[in-house]
Amino acid sequence: MKGRDLGELAIRNLREAFLRNSLTTLGISVGVASLVAMLSLGVGLQDLATDRLARSGLFDAIFVTPKSAAANFRGGQGPIFAPAEPPKPLDEEAREKMAALPNVVEVYPDIRFPTEIHFNGNPFATMAAGVVPSARKDGAFDGMKGSFFSGPDADEAILQIDLARQLSDQPDSLIGKSVVLRYAERQPLAPDGGGKSAPDGFSIVPKEKNLRIVGIVETEPAGGIGSLGRGRLLIPLELAQTLRTTQANDLRDLLRDNPNQRSYESLTVRVNDPPKVKDVEELIKDMGFTAFSLIDASKSLSLVFTVFDLFLGIFGSLALVVASLGIVNTLVMAILERRREIGIFKALGASDRDIRRLFFVEAGTMGLLGGVLGLGIGRLIGLAINFGTNVYLKRRALPEISVTAVHWWMAGLAIIFAILISLAAGIYPASRAARLDPVEALRYE
Amino acid sequence: MTTGNSIAIRADRVARHYQMGDALVRAVDDVSLEIRAGEFVALLGSSGSGKSTLLNLIAGLDRPSSGAIFAQDRNLAEMTPEELARHRSHTVGIVFQAFNLLPRMTLEENVELPLRLAEVDREERTARVREAIERVRLAARLTHRPSELSGGEQQRTALARALVNRPSILLADEPTGNLDTATGDEIMNLLGDINNTGMTIVMVTHEQPRAERYSHRLIHMKDGKVIADGGRA
Repeated sequence: MKGRDLGELAIRNLREAFLRNSLTTLGISVGVASLVAMLSLGVGLQDLATDRLARSGLFDAIFVTPKSAAANFRGGQGPIFAPAEPPKPLDEEAREKMAALPNVVEVYPDIRFPTEIHFNGNPFATMAAGVVPSARKDGAFDGMKGSFFSGPDADEAILQIDLARQLSDQPDSLIGKSVVLRYAERQPLAPDGGGKSAPDGFSIVPKEKNLRIVGIVETEPAGGIGSLGRGRLLIPLELAQTLRTTQANDLRDLLRDNPNQRSYESLTVRVNDPPKVKDVEELIKDMGFTAFSLIDASKSLSLVFTVFDLFLGIFGSLALVVASLGIVNTLVMAILERRREIGIFKALGASDRDIRRLFFVEAGTMGLLGGVLGLGIGRLIGLAINFGTNVYLKRRALPEISVTAVHWWMAGLAIIFAILISLAAGIYPASRAARLDPVEALRYE
Repeated sequence: MTTGNSIAIRADRVARHYQMGDALVRAVDDVSLEIRAGEFVALLGSSGSGKSTLLNLIAGLDRPSSGAIFAQDRNLAEMTPEELARHRSHTVGIVFQAFNLLPRMTLEENVELPLRLAEVDREERTARVREAIERVRLAARLTHRPSELSGGEQQRTALARALVNRPSILLADEPTGNLDTATGDEIMNLLGDINNTGMTIVMVTHEQPRAERYSHRLIHMKDGKVIADGGRA
C-alpha cells in the first residue's frame, strides 16, 4: 500500500475510536509533558547558573600575572644562586598578543588604587577600582540605583552601598552629586639639564579629580578573579588608566631595563566560552606568564548539571514509558476489535507488511500528536513554575528569573522520542495483527 | 457461458488437516480436480464437508497441509506470504456470505479498497470504481454506508469490490446464504452475467436447486473428499 493511502486509512481508524485514541494520545502527551517539564527545569536551572556564573566573570576569565622571580629558586635542590631569568613584563605588547589569541573577547588590566575622597569637605579613605564597560552585564549591576557610566572614560563614579552610607545617611540622594578623588599619580621625570632625554625613574605627585556620582550598587562586583575584594569606588577603566595612578608593580618597573615603559600588575583575559578557557590559559602560560582560572570549578558544575539533567530526563521518561503501555493496550484492543477487518483486508490482497505498517502509522500518529500536545503542556508547566517562582521571589524583593527553558533541540527531541516510543510500543501489536490468520480473522464475530 | 481449454485451477491431491487436541480433522482430504477457465463451478455439500476450506485454499487464504494447488500454473503451496497476498489481490476476487463490507466506509470506499491495496493510481481508481459499481447497478448509492444498504445491495457491493481489480477467478462462499429468494436470484443472475464475460467462478453453496440452475458443473463434497464431480444433476 502506498504511503498516502496508509496515512488516510490510519487517520480514519484513529478517528473511528476517537475517545479511546484521544485518551491514549493524551497519555502520551502527559508523558512528553512530564519529560519536557523536567528537562526544561534542569536546562533552565543550568542556563540560569551558567548565565549567573558567566556574568560573575569567574568562569570565562583568566587572571594573568608576570611570573614571580621566586619561581626560580629551587628549594635547595639546585644551586642557591641559580641564574634567574627576569620575569617577562606584563606590558602593552603582551596584552595585545593575548587579545589576538583565539576565542579571547577582551583583555584588560586590573587597576585599583588607594584613594582619599572628599565629600562635603570630609575625607574618606577607600579603594578605587577601574571597571571595564563589559562589566555592565554583571549580575552585580542588575539591581543598581542610578545608572552605569555614560561613557568608557566619563568622569563618573559608582559607589558601593557601604561607602555611600558612610558619605550620607540617605545614600540615594548622592546620585548626581560630585565627589573629589585624591590619588597618587606616577609622572615621568622631567628631562635633565641637557634637555635631550629624561632620566630613568618617575616621581609620584598628588592629584585630584572631580567625579559625578551616577549610581549606587548593592553588592560589590567581582569583575574577575583578580578583582575579588575590589574597590568601593568604581570608575570607568579608561579613566582609571588615564589617571596613571601608582600601582604596586611600579617599583618593579623601576628596576627593569626600561623603567619608563609601564607594565601591568595583572591582566584579566575574557574568553567567549567557558570550555575554551583551559586552552587559552595554556597558551598564555606558554607565553611566559602565570595564568589562573576557575575552569575546574566550572567543569565540576557542568558535570553536576549533566547528571542532574540525566536524572530529570530519566524521571520524565518514566511517564512516557508508562504512556507507551497505553499505546500497546490501545492497539491490542484495536486488533481484537478490528480482527475481522484485518481478515477482510487480507482477503482483498493486503500483505502482512501492509497490516504491520498500518498499525505502525497509527502508533506513530498517536506519538506525533501526543508529542506536539505534550510539548505544549510541558511548556505551560514550565511557565507555571516560572510564574510561581517569580511570585515567591517578588515577595522577597528579589529580581525576576527564569528557571525553566525549552530549547529547540529539546522540543525536537521530545517529539522524536514520543514517536520512537510509540513506534516501539506498536511493534508487538503490529506484528500480532500482521500474523493474524485471515481465515480465523474472517470467522471472528 | 464460454469455457476455454486452459486450466484456471488445478488441485493435485490437496489435503488440509487440523489438529484439534488429540483428534486430526481432515477438512480437505486428498482432493484432485481441474477447473477450466470460464467455468462456473458449484461446490456442494453439507456443513463441515470441506467446501469452504477448499475455497479458502484456492483463494490463497489458507495453505494446504499437503499436495499442490495451482492457479494460472503457479503452485499456491509454494508461494511466499507476499506472493499469496498478490494472488488474492490480482488473480482472485472473493465474495462472502456475510458480505464483509467495512461498516465505516461508504459503498464507494469499500469498492476502492482493493485498488488501494493493489497500489493502483488514484486517477485510475475513480474510473474503475464507477465501472464496477455500474456493473452491479448501484451507481445511485455511492455515498451510502453498508448499514444504509439492503442485504442484496450489500452483496452487490461486495461483488463490485471483488471485481474491481479485474481478477480472472471469482470465488463466492455462500453468496446467497444471507439473502431472501428474490434477492438471491438477483445475485445469481449477476454471477451468471459475470461468468458470461469469460470469468471463472467457483461458488460454495448448499442450495442445490440454485446451483443446478446457474452453474454448469457441480462438485459434491463429503468429509473432505470429492464424492461426485460432473455436470448438472
